Amino acid sequence: MAARIGLFALVVLIGIAAPFLGLYPVLLMKLLCFALFACAFNLLIGFVGLLSFGHAMFFGSAAYAAGYAMRSWGFSPELGILLGVAVAALLGLVAGSLAIRRQGIYFAMITMALAQMVYFIALQAPFTGGEDGLQGIPRGNLFGVISLQSDLTLYYVVLAMVVAAWLFIARIVHSPFGQILKAIRENEPRAISLGYDTDRFKLIAFVLSAALAGLAGSLKALVLGFATLSDVYWATSGSVILMSLIGGIGTLTGPVIGAFVITGLENVLADRVGSWVTVVLGVIFVVSVLLFRQGLVGSLKRFWPSASRKPATAA
Amino acid sequence: MEIFGVPLVALASQLVLGLVNGSFYAMLSLGLAVIFGTLNIVNFAHGAFYMLGAFGAFFALSTLGLNYWVALIVVPLAVGLIGILVDRGLLQWLRGLDPLYGLLLTFGVSLILEGILRDAYGSSGRSYPRPPALNGVWNLGFMVLPISRAWVIGVSLVVCFTTWFVIERTKLGAYLRAATENPSLTQAFGVNVPLLVTLTFGFGVALAGLAGVLAASAVQITPLMGSNIIIAVFAVVVIGGMGSILGAILTGLGLGLIEGLTRVYYPEASATVVFVIMAIVLLVRPAGLFGRA
Amino acid sequence: MRKVLLASVAATALLGGAASAQQVSGDAVKIGVLTDLSGVYSDFGGAGAVEAARMAVQDFGGKVLGKTIEVISADHQNKADVAASKAREWYDTQGVDLITESLNSSVALAVSKVATEKKRMQIVTGAATSRLSNEDCGPYTIHYVYDTYALAQGTGAAVVKSGGDSWFFLTADYAFGHSLEKDTGDVVKAAGGKVLGAVRHPLSASDFSSFLLQAQSSGAKVVGLANAGTDTVNSIKAAFDFGLTPKQQLAGLLTLVTDVHGLGIEQAQGLFTTEAWYWDQNDETRAFAKRYFEKVKKMPNSNQAGVYSAVTNYLKAVQAANSDDSDAVVKQLKSMTINDMFTKNGKIRQDGLHVHDMYLFQVKAPKDSKYAWDYYKQVAVVPGEQAFQPLQASRCALVNKS
Repeated sequence: MAARIGLFALVVLIGIAAPFLGLYPVLLMKLLCFALFACAFNLLIGFVGLLSFGHAMFFGSAAYAAGYAMRSWGFSPELGILLGVAVAALLGLVAGSLAIRRQGIYFAMITMALAQMVYFIALQAPFTGGEDGLQGIPRGNLFGVISLQSDLTLYYVVLAMVVAAWLFIARIVHSPFGQILKAIRENEPRAISLGYDTDRFKLIAFVLSAALAGLAGSLKALVLGFATLSDVYWATSGSVILMSLIGGIGTLTGPVIGAFVITGLENVLADRVGSWVTVVLGVIFVVSVLLFRQGLVGSLKRFWPSASRKPATAA
Repeated sequence: MEIFGVPLVALASQLVLGLVNGSFYAMLSLGLAVIFGTLNIVNFAHGAFYMLGAFGAFFALSTLGLNYWVALIVVPLAVGLIGILVDRGLLQWLRGLDPLYGLLLTFGVSLILEGILRDAYGSSGRSYPRPPALNGVWNLGFMVLPISRAWVIGVSLVVCFTTWFVIERTKLGAYLRAATENPSLTQAFGVNVPLLVTLTFGFGVALAGLAGVLAASAVQITPLMGSNIIIAVFAVVVIGGMGSILGAILTGLGLGLIEGLTRVYYPEASATVVFVIMAIVLLVRPAGLFGRA
Repeated sequence: MRKVLLASVAATALLGGAASAQQVSGDAVKIGVLTDLSGVYSDFGGAGAVEAARMAVQDFGGKVLGKTIEVISADHQNKADVAASKAREWYDTQGVDLITESLNSSVALAVSKVATEKKRMQIVTGAATSRLSNEDCGPYTIHYVYDTYALAQGTGAAVVKSGGDSWFFLTADYAFGHSLEKDTGDVVKAAGGKVLGAVRHPLSASDFSSFLLQAQSSGAKVVGLANAGTDTVNSIKAAFDFGLTPKQQLAGLLTLVTDVHGLGIEQAQGLFTTEAWYWDQNDETRAFAKRYFEKVKKMPNSNQAGVYSAVTNYLKAVQAANSDDSDAVVKQLKSMTINDMFTKNGKIRQDGLHVHDMYLFQVKAPKDSKYAWDYYKQVAVVPGEQAFQPLQASRCALVNKS
């Protein structure tokens, strides 16, 4: 446990020091937003066992809502983010109640179809700007006093929020609520027979996951200053699945690492190889599914068993 | 003559276009249903194979000099073969695992195919030079019907209903349905089940390829056409229920028609109407219109 | 041990992901060509535009004020967010002094905001929206080749004059299409014509049939194509498919010579088009076109020629201002007269708009086309003051109205 806290502190320290190591803050912030997005997605697949193929709808709709509020209604950043999260959570409630009616593969297809519907609505709705996107989202002043114009200030705000959200996810996972979710993932009929209303738990988890994805989207809108159709596009849903997959589904740190690797890869390769980025991502997808289903963190856990693994209880 | 304020000519033309879309929906959801029925895999790459069929026709013409009519036979076979290779090489390792892994793997395959073709042909794709026999229009009096569109509808209807007939009414179809329900027992009766399953996958993919070749003669072929259509096809499949072949065909055609109607009276909703119907069906009859719960 | 390994993996991923270190380069003049290299506008700008920029640098001598000149390029895939991120990264970490080309209109608008924020220059050649010199003008943004107002004044007015007084628009559903539809609609109405309606299509649509059916049932005499690139080419092909012509006339509101080449002269004949430049106008243009053709294997369109001219004049301005500081260069550009193979007597105004003569062309019939790429016959010259919006009418905040 102490080792875990130590590791966490080390990572946070690296995060704090990162801009001074010569790394471009805007890129770092983008990495953090996608890491949060991947963690939110992973909450659903890793701990409840539900594969959502449409998580971009929460990411994007929050980005549009927060962006619009900050740009056209003059909301300060924290209120804009709050609105984005609320919109994503509401959308999660609606989408979740529809999708949870089916299981497994159908659930995935329904989430994909609903996300596509959100994409088309975003394409046509006047306030999203359609193909032009929602541009010119101001950075504003946090709580009305702290100016976020400087990349560095904004970076620390984003870092703090993402770390806090990650801790929140960790708390959910290790709580009694999280245990019930894991029970549902392992054996839903048994959980039902134990008296749990599994649909309600699944829906709550879905809404939480949507809200956190919305937080990631709102932050992204604030950092980059725009919200566009790419944010609600199915390819974004696909890439967050890949991030979780290669990082390690069902682990807490896996999605973060996966997000860094994939976003970093896209950034580095995009200029050099153009369309082949898609091919590379596809190959990674295929290889991961065939050989590497536990992902980076999952595999590491397998090869080096955790020192803090609880001893098996005696009969 | 006007129907609800829209001239009959416009209405009929849009319905025909809707039927064209519906034909693609029907052929693709039929292929998906066949593959799901036998392999329990939802083939996300189905859209990519459709796109491959279209580009295959273009490649056949521009590089190999094969005209459209030859391509109609050759390209689906080639695409089906590629599908079989994907199955033998990649998908077979996932047999028995959660079908979600199959979805993820085929998603990866679709990214690979799309990326390669986008690199080769650019994202706005190519225009396939239509064979002269398909140019021109038939003037039916109440509307003008482009021959190319009529051709697409005709071929799809024939192919879809032939497939349904084979699967539901012939001995080969009976073997297939038996192999789906109880592979080991069917194998015990001397039917080569793995071969049958692989060939069926190839057939399903070949159907997608054929739809692609048909599409080449009607619309601009782009590397994104597969992913654009597959998500709508998923909605079709959820609405129709994946258990039934006839259900998949009828739902596909029906939704194409509804889309066409929406385009006439309420164009802004034409892209989302399929998904809205899916949501309604989910609320009212979760197993799908033709599904067995 | 495992913890350290995990931490190192995380750190490596972090460092590996952030590839570019923060630095501002002061010892080279860097020009970035931000364009669509693979999509619906790749013929419009694309690799040809990059080549044109390189040619301009080469012809200038490769150096200005003793510093080397570098040309870099990137593909924004017609996505405004990719473009804006790239522009921001270029300005922040690569020391890019000038971003040029920047089609399409959404991209140009997004990059213009970044340019204004970072106080670096942007010369827009490919994008057409007139908003760049009106509501969305910027102190460092110059709109160089054409805009939707000029296109409307040229093609729109010509078609109305030849009898097309009822219009239906097929519009690309983003900033450019909306601008072009509005500006052309204004021209049509001012000339006494009627706009019967419009239908919007997504950028890079694959099937125009249902949109053209709506155009057909409107009964308008003219179907105005407020789109560009492959979209225009496909709209025209689909129109022929459904027998739209010759009952209704097609007006390609932004058609370049590369589109005519893609369409084929049989289907394009008779189309009016307004362009700033054509390769076969005079000896100077032909000389440039020949050199360009050797490298790109296609004739340059007015956008690509515009990039050549924009980069050349930028470098001239840097030289004359003795600095690559954006304020100084912009001031210099706005005081110069642009006089080269692209245009004579061009003036860049306060609102950033480059006013110069435009030309109205009509696509020749196949029998009149004598050699490869011989597509246009010049119908009229539209002088700069007539083609572009008067300065007093500009809605740009930079213009002080007396």
